[in-house]
Amino acid sequence: MAKKRIVTTTLNGNQTEFLCEPRQTLLEVLRDNMDLTGTKEGCSNGNCGACTVILNGRPVDSCLVLAVEAEGATVRTIEGVATAAGLDPIQKAFLEGAALQCGICTPGFIMQSEWFLSQNPKPTEDEIRFNLAGNLCRCTGYDKIVRAVQDAATTWQDHYMKNCHEKGCH
Amino acid sequence: MRDFEYEAPTTLAAAIELVAKHNGSARCLAGGTDLIDQVRVGRLTPDVLIDVKKIAELNVLEHGATGLRLGAAVPCYQVYGHCGIVSDYAALADSCRIIGGVQIQSRASVGGNLCNSGPAADSTPSLIVLGAVAVIAGPKGRREVAVEDFCTGPGKNVLQPSELLVELKFPARAANSGSHYRRFIPRNEMDIAVVGVGASVVLNDAKDKFVSARIALGAVAPTPLFAKAVGDALAGQPINDETIAKAATAARAIAVPIDDMRGTKEFRLHITGVLTERVLKAAVARARGEHVDCRIGH
Ligand SMILES: Cc1cc2nc3c(=O)[nH]c(=O)nc-3n(C[C@H](O)[C@H](O)[C@H](O)COP(=O)(O)OP(=O)(O)OC[C@H]3O[C@@H](n4cnc5c(N)ncnc54)[C@H](O)[C@@H]3O)c2cc1C
Ligand code: FES
Ligand code: FES
Repeated sequence: MAKKRIVTTTLNGNQTEFLCEPRQTLLEVLRDNMDLTGTKEGCSNGNCGACTVILNGRPVDSCLVLAVEAEGATVRTIEGVATAAGLDPIQKAFLEGAALQCGICTPGFIMQSEWFLSQNPKPTEDEIRFNLAGNLCRCTGYDKIVRAVQDAATTWQDHYMKNCHEKGCH
Repeated sequence: MRDFEYEAPTTLAAAIELVAKHNGSARCLAGGTDLIDQVRVGRLTPDVLIDVKKIAELNVLEHGATGLRLGAAVPCYQVYGHCGIVSDYAALADSCRIIGGVQIQSRASVGGNLCNSGPAADSTPSLIVLGAVAVIAGPKGRREVAVEDFCTGPGKNVLQPSELLVELKFPARAANSGSHYRRFIPRNEMDIAVVGVGASVVLNDAKDKFVSARIALGAVAPTPLFAKAVGDALAGQPINDETIAKAATAARAIAVPIDDMRGTKEFRLHITGVLTERVLKAAVARARGEHVDCRIGH
C-alpha cells in the first residue's frame, strides 16, 4: 500500500496537519479523518456540488481533489463560516427563506454562494443561477435558494463584506 | 479508490523522468476533474499519479505580439479571466466558460481537456480553429503537433506513454479576425455537448469578404474534427447568408455522428448545420468589432 503522507494545511484559519493516503480525496479526509462532516457527499463525481469547499480562495468539488494536493493550501469549509457572534448572513438568509429541506446540499450552496457574493456583491438573478449551476438540490427547488442568495446580497451586503474582510477568507 | 502513489515534481525534467520511468503505469494529474473519477470507477488503473501543477512550464500564461502560450495545467477560470485571451482568442474563452460549473472551472485545465481526448471536449475545437500547436516533451526531447492531429480516437491521442503535454502555442491574432465556440446541450449549463462548433475567420479590410476561415466540429466524429475543406471554401467569398449556408451544408456533409442518449444522428447533423451558421456569423461579428452576446444558455 502507498505510504501515508503528512499534509499541512490552513484549515478554517488554523494550521492543521493530517495523515492520509494518496488515494484519499479531500472530501474523505475532511469527513473521515478530521470529523468535519459538514461537507457532504452527494455524487462523488463532481456533478452535485454538495462537497464544495474553498481551496486557495476558489470553490472546488472536494470529491475531485486529492487530500495530498492540499499540502500548503488554505482550505475553508462550512464549519468555518459561522463565527462566535452567530451565523453568517448567507446562512441566516437560507434559514429565514426556508431555502433547505433535507439540508444535504446546503453546505455546498452556502460555500458557493458566499464565495460568489464576495466576487460579485450585486449579482443579477441570471448570474446567481449560472454561478450555482454546479450545485444540485433534490428537495427544495431552486427558486427559494436563489431568493436566499438575493436576500443575502441586499440585506446583509455591508455586513457580509466587512465580516468576510475581517476573516480574511478571500 | 484504487491504491496509488502520488508525486508532485517541481521541474519539467523531474516530471519527464517520472513519466518515463513508470512507462505507462503513471498518469499526469492536472485538475483531476476527469482523472480522479476515472480512477475511482476503475476505468483507469494507474499506479502513480504525477501532479503537474507545480511545474512552472505547465503554468505559463503569456500573451504578446508573437502570440499566446498557454501552459497545459492552467485552469479554465484563468483562461476566461485573462483579458488578452478574451479579446484575441475569444473562442477559447467561450469554451472555458462552459466547461462544467464554477467549481469545475477552478481546476479543469485546457491541457487536461485535450489529453482526455473526448470527442465532445469543449475546448478542443477552439484550439483547432485558433491554430494551436501542442508542445510535447519526453525523454527524447520535445516535439510539436498541431492540435487537429492530436486526438486519434475516443480517449486516444498521439502522446507516447513516456510523454507529457507541456503547453499550447497560438499564433498572434490576425488583423480583421474573430472567433467563437458554441455547443448545443439540452440544459443551460453542466452537460456534455450534443454538438459543438468552433470557427475563426479573417476578413478583408472592407470586412465584406472572407480572407480565410477555420471551422472545427465536436461530438460528431470519434475525435474533434477539423473541417478544413469547409473553411477553405469560404476564402475569397462574400459574407452573406448564402455563403454561410453553403458552409453549413458542407459541415453537415463531413460530420459522422452516432446515435446515443444525447441525440440521434439525424438531430446531430441538423444541429451541426445550425451551429455552423450561428458560429460563423458570431465570428464575423467579432472580426468587425461588434459585440456578441454569448451569455450561457442564450
Ligand atoms: C461535473 C463535470 C462537468 C464537466 N463538464 C465538461 C464540459 O462541459 N465540457 C468538457 O469538455 N468537459 C467537461 N468535463 C470534463 C473535464 O472537466 C474536462 O475534460 C477538463 O478540462 C479536464 O481537465 P483536468 O485538468 O481536470 O484534467 P485531468 O482530469 O487532470 O486529466 C485528464 C486526462 O489528461 C491527462 N493529462 C492531464 N494533463 C496532462 C499533461 N500535461 N500531459 C499528459 N497528460 C495529461 C490525465 O492523465 C488524464 O488522463 C466535466 C467534468 C465534470 C466532473
Ligand atoms: S460529492 Fe462532490 S460534486 Fe457531488
Ligand atoms: S435540501 Fe435536500 S437536496 Fe437540497
